[in-house]
Amino acid sequence: MSEARDLVETAVPGSVVGEHDELGQAVLEVDRTRLIEVMRFLQGPPLAYVMLCSLTCADFYDTLDEHPERFRMAYHLLSLESGSELRVRVWAGAEDPELESVVPIWSTANFMEREVFDLFGVRFRNHPDLCRIMMPLDWEGHPLRRDYPIGGEPVQFSDAI
Amino acid sequence: MGTQAAGGASSLAVAEEARSAIEAARREGRELTETEQAIAGVEASTAEEAEARMIVLAGADPGPGDRRRMLINLGPNHPSTHGVLRLIVELDGEVVRDLHPVTGYLHTGIEKQCENKTYWQSVTLVTRMDYLSTFFNIHAYSMAVERLAGIDVPPRAEYLRIILSELNRITSHLVWLGTSGLELGAMTVFFYCIREREKALDLFEMISGERMNHRFFWPGGCAEDMPEGFEAAVRRFIDRMPERIDEYEGMLTSNPIWIERNRGVGVMSAEDLINLGVTGPVLRAAGVDLDRRKLSPYSGYEHFDFQVPLGAAGDSYDRYLVRIAEMRESVRIIGQALDGLPEGPVITQDRKYALPPRGELATSMESLIHHFKLVTEGYKVPAGEAYATVESPRGELGCYVVADGGPKPMRVHMRDPSFVNLQATRPMAKDRYLADLIAIIGSLDGVMGGVDR
Repeated sequence: MSEARDLVETAVPGSVVGEHDELGQAVLEVDRTRLIEVMRFLQGPPLAYVMLCSLTCADFYDTLDEHPERFRMAYHLLSLESGSELRVRVWAGAEDPELESVVPIWSTANFMEREVFDLFGVRFRNHPDLCRIMMPLDWEGHPLRRDYPIGGEPVQFSDAI
Repeated sequence: MGTQAAGGASSLAVAEEARSAIEAARREGRELTETEQAIAGVEASTAEEAEARMIVLAGADPGPGDRRRMLINLGPNHPSTHGVLRLIVELDGEVVRDLHPVTGYLHTGIEKQCENKTYWQSVTLVTRMDYLSTFFNIHAYSMAVERLAGIDVPPRAEYLRIILSELNRITSHLVWLGTSGLELGAMTVFFYCIREREKALDLFEMISGERMNHRFFWPGGCAEDMPEGFEAAVRRFIDRMPERIDEYEGMLTSNPIWIERNRGVGVMSAEDLINLGVTGPVLRAAGVDLDRRKLSPYSGYEHFDFQVPLGAAGDSYDRYLVRIAEMRESVRIIGQALDGLPEGPVITQDRKYALPPRGELATSMESLIHHFKLVTEGYKVPAGEAYATVESPRGELGCYVVADGGPKPMRVHMRDPSFVNLQATRPMAKDRYLADLIAIIGSLDGVMGGVDR
């Protein structure tokens, strides 16, 4: 058990679901109801993961019959003091996926969560400005879902002369 | 457009988009978000509608004699927005009270397309994200795939990657310097920068056959070895470059107009920048020593002797100084890489991942099979996930790849620095003059191809 996991377990008991070493990169899997507490702890001392490098989602639609959950979020954290990196993973469910927003902790998450909402349809509670960012405002569907077909959508602006 | 009445129902596609989005929000019974409100306000088609939205935005009905805020579109087609950035700006006279970035005009669904291409085909797509730093995009993607598949990259390939990346850093900074100068009224520097950039693009063409959007790095190494005369040409370029940089500095560094337009503009504290996830020269200009080449050295950067230039004030002028100094360091790195360039292959010898040399196809049955399998089916990558980062000219460029064991990636995500850094525009430009906003956009150096992907 790593030091980071120990500390998180002590600070937020029962929040860590699993721990992996993915090809040399530390991964902490967290229960989604405790996400905001864990993140708040990770951002502060002693671990001081002050930077949220990246936040994204992956759709496990193809393995839905083996695993009941579908959307898996990955948060990449970086500590400037120790230089250590940590990936926090959390499952967001299958139907109407929803998570707590981490914008109050890292304001950089604003655009990133909007991107995930736009392309995957994962909603973030308490996000200050949750609307589409890549697709047009009136777009239907979430293009990066695995069951969203590629091609076939009408080409926009083709009628505007 | 703006708050001006277009008269009657507009048939513009964007206005309709905004309208149907508002109707959808009403149907769902939720409030409009900030950005939706701003878009709705700026896309209003009658004067009354615009007025009503302004009241919503400003929070109260302006009394007689009160100064009314104006809502205008800056972009998406504006010469100083570096592509197609659209900012909806709330103006109080000439002062920016608030602004809302609207992006997505260059969204081409590259991440989605990658899921439908094999690993080696996706290389062609990722280069087209941030079109000014193409080598960095492929580098991050290749490193992620290499980590997943456990591919070893030969040392010569690592050095070639460093040479091309640093050349790319110089060309990217040159475009930034030229266009930023142009926006602030310094015409000449643009021509000087583009002159050197042309020389560097000639070098790219010489080695990869393409001036932009090269697919020269592959998972496993580089596509080819350098051609005859390339080393001498690069040496000529880097020998000349320091005095060229002196020329740019001669035009700008102590130019009173340049100083006046950039000093004290776009200042943000280091803590705020870190919280906003800003990386690269913008963060380093505020004095934070964060460079992926030093923090988590990749591709053999640990063997090189170079400095990470830092600023102190964190304003637009410091960002200029940092980028100029970075170009000088890149020249040094290229020189060291050419001096120490190891001999050997430029791509992994594992035939499961790298195409066999062309000549072998005529004589070796095994090579022919490998070639056929790689081109038709692609190689399979074991299930797993990897996040690889490189230090691009704009900051940390990360690539997150999830593999499901098949020949196509299940998810490719690019953490593009332009996208993340764009969020800093709003806090930096608030309560500043509109003219400063142009300097701020320039100093953040966002590339919309990277923002929208």
